[in-house]
Amino acid sequence: MHSLTASDAQIRPARASAGMSAISIRNLSKTYASGFQALKDITLEIRHGEIFALLGPNGAGKTTLINIVCGIVTPSAGSVRVGGHDIAAHYRAARAMIGLVPQELTTDAFETPPATMRLSRGLFGKAGNPAYIEKVLRQLSLWDKRNSRIVTLSGGMKRRLLIAKALAHEPQILFLDEPSAGVDVELRKDMWQLVRSLRASGVTIILTTHYIEEAEEMADRVGVINKGELIVVEDKVELMRKLGRKQLTLELREPLAAIPAALSGRGLALAADGRQLIYSYDTRSEGTGITDLLDAIRNAGVKFKDLQTTQSSLEDIFVGLLRQGS
Amino acid sequence: MNPTMNLYAVRAIYLYEMSRTARTLLQSVVSPVISTTLYFIVFGAAIGTRISQIDGVSYGAFIVPGLIMLTLLTQSVMNASFGIYFPRFVGTIYEILSAPVSSFEIVLGYVGAAATKSIVLGLIILATSDLFVPVRIAHPVWMVAFLVLTAVSASLFGFILGLWADSFEKLQVVPLLIITPLTFLGGTFYSTNILEEPWRTITLFDPIVYLISGFRWSFFNIAEVNVGLSLGVTLLFMAICLAIVWWFFKTGYRLKN
Ligand SMILES: Nc1ncnc2c1ncn2[C@@H]1O[C@H](COP(=O)(O)OP(=O)(O)O)[C@@H](O)[C@H]1O
Ligand SMILES: [Mg+2]
Repeated sequence: MHSLTASDAQIRPARASAGMSAISIRNLSKTYASGFQALKDITLEIRHGEIFALLGPNGAGKTTLINIVCGIVTPSAGSVRVGGHDIAAHYRAARAMIGLVPQELTTDAFETPPATMRLSRGLFGKAGNPAYIEKVLRQLSLWDKRNSRIVTLSGGMKRRLLIAKALAHEPQILFLDEPSAGVDVELRKDMWQLVRSLRASGVTIILTTHYIEEAEEMADRVGVINKGELIVVEDKVELMRKLGRKQLTLELREPLAAIPAALSGRGLALAADGRQLIYSYDTRSEGTGITDLLDAIRNAGVKFKDLQTTQSSLEDIFVGLLRQGS
Repeated sequence: MNPTMNLYAVRAIYLYEMSRTARTLLQSVVSPVISTTLYFIVFGAAIGTRISQIDGVSYGAFIVPGLIMLTLLTQSVMNASFGIYFPRFVGTIYEILSAPVSSFEIVLGYVGAAATKSIVLGLIILATSDLFVPVRIAHPVWMVAFLVLTAVSASLFGFILGLWADSFEKLQVVPLLIITPLTFLGGTFYSTNILEEPWRTITLFDPIVYLISGFRWSFFNIAEVNVGLSLGVTLLFMAICLAIVWWFFKTGYRLKN
C-alpha cells in the first residue's frame, strides 16, 4: 500500500455520492510504448451536469486522459467508469454516452456534413434522424454548407463540424479537447454559448484548454494537470478565493528611488520607475492591514494621487501552481 | 441500442463505404471493365487464335473465370485496404475507436462493403465477357459460392494490409508485388497442368491456384486441383485472415497506443 495522498483523499466523498458522478477515474496511469509516463495515478470525479475544465500546459497529459476515457488509448493501470459503466467491461454502454471533439482537425474530405454526421450517429448505435441532424447543423451555422464537400469548408467550419459529429448521437457527456485552438474570437464566443446551452440541457462537459480565460469564463470546476499529475481539483470560485491574491497599487505623485526606511518590512514593492507602490495580500487572511498601511504611508510623507486593487486571475493562479510544482 | 450487436454501426460503415464507391464510380467500375476488355482483345483474340482449346474449352472462354478472379482479388484487396488505411492516415479513425462497436462489427462493415463492390464488379466482368465469348456455367451455385468466398477472403486480407501498412507505398506494393504476380502464376490465362516440373509443384504453394481452379470448375467442370481441396484452401485462407484480424483488434496493434 502506498501512503495516503491528496488524490486518495478525493475517493471518499466520491463514494458517498457515487450515483452523482458522470465519470469516475481511479488511480489511472499511462505509460506509452516509448516508456514515457504520460499520466501518474490520476483519481478524479466528474459530476453530472457540470462544466469541468482540465487545465495544463502542452504535453501535460490532457489528451491522453480524454483518449483513455473515450477508448482510444488503453490505460496502463487504474479504472474508469462512465455513468457507472466500466469502460473496459461495459464499453458499449460507457461509450454510447460520450461525444468527443478531438484536438486535431481530422475530418473526411469528400463527404458532405450530413453524410459524415449520419456515420457518427450510426456508429454510436442510433437510428437515423434527419430532423435532428438538420437541427444541429443549423445550430452550428453549417446548414448552408449541407451540400458542400468537407474539403471546401474553412478551418472554423471544420471545427464546428467536429462538434456537430460529436453531438450527432445526442451524448450525455461531451469532451472538447482544446476547442478554441485556432479559432477566432467571434467563433469562440459562439462556442461558449453553445456549451452553456448544452449544459443547460443536462449535458456534462469536460473541456481541456491552455487558454485560461476559457476555463475562467466557462468552468464550474477546474482541474490542473502538469507532467501527468493532477495538482489540484477545485471549484473555480473557491480556487480563486483560496489561491487568489489581491494587489493594491498606489499611483504616486512623486516617483521614489527606494522604499522609505519607515515602510520597510511591509512587503511593499516599487514599480513603473518608482511611480507605483505595490502591496500584495492574501484574500484569505482576516486582517489585510490596509488601513494600517495607508496610515504608515501617509506618516512617511509619501503622497499618492490614485489607488486601485486587482484580483489575480485564474492565469496567475495557474502559473503560480506550476511554479510551485517545479 | 441492441446490447449484443450494434447493427446501426455496421450499416453506417457499410453505407459510408459504398457511397465512396458511388462517388468514384468511373474509376471503380469503368477501369476494370476496360482492362478486362483489353485482356480479351490481347489474350483472347490474339493468342486464342493460336491456342485452339484447353481441356475442351475454347481459350477465350477458358480465361473468363481467371479474369474475374484477377479483378475480384485486386479490387477486394485495394478497396478494403484503402477503406481502413485512409481513416488511420487522416486521423478520422478516432471516431471508430471511440464508438460502441466491436471489432467484429467494424470488420463486417468494411469487409462487407469491399466484398460487395468486388462481387458486383465480378458480375459486370462476367457480363462483359459474354459479349466476346459464349460463357456457360456448369455449377451456378458453386460459382456464386466461390465468388463470395474469394471476395470476402481477399477483402479480409486487404483489411489486414490496411491495418498493417504505415505508408501509401506499402499499401500499393503488396497488391502490385504479391497479389498480381500470384494471380498470373495461379493460372489466370493458362492451365497450370501445362507447366513442367518443378514449376507445376511450385504453383501448388500459390493459394490463388486453388481459388482459380475451383472457380473455373464451377464454370466448365474442369479443374487442375481437386474441387474439395480448392474449397478447403479458400476456407483456410479466410480462417487465417480472420484470426489475424481478431489478433490485431485484441492487441490494438497499429490502432491503439
Ligand atoms: N503515442 C505516444 N507515444 C509516446 N508518447 C506520447 C504519445 N502520445 C503522447 N505522448 C506524450 O505524452 C505526453 C502527454 O501528451 P498529451 O496527452 O497529448 O498532452 P496534452 O494534451 O496535455 O498537450 C506528451 O509528452 C506527449 O509527447
Ligand atoms: Mg492535447
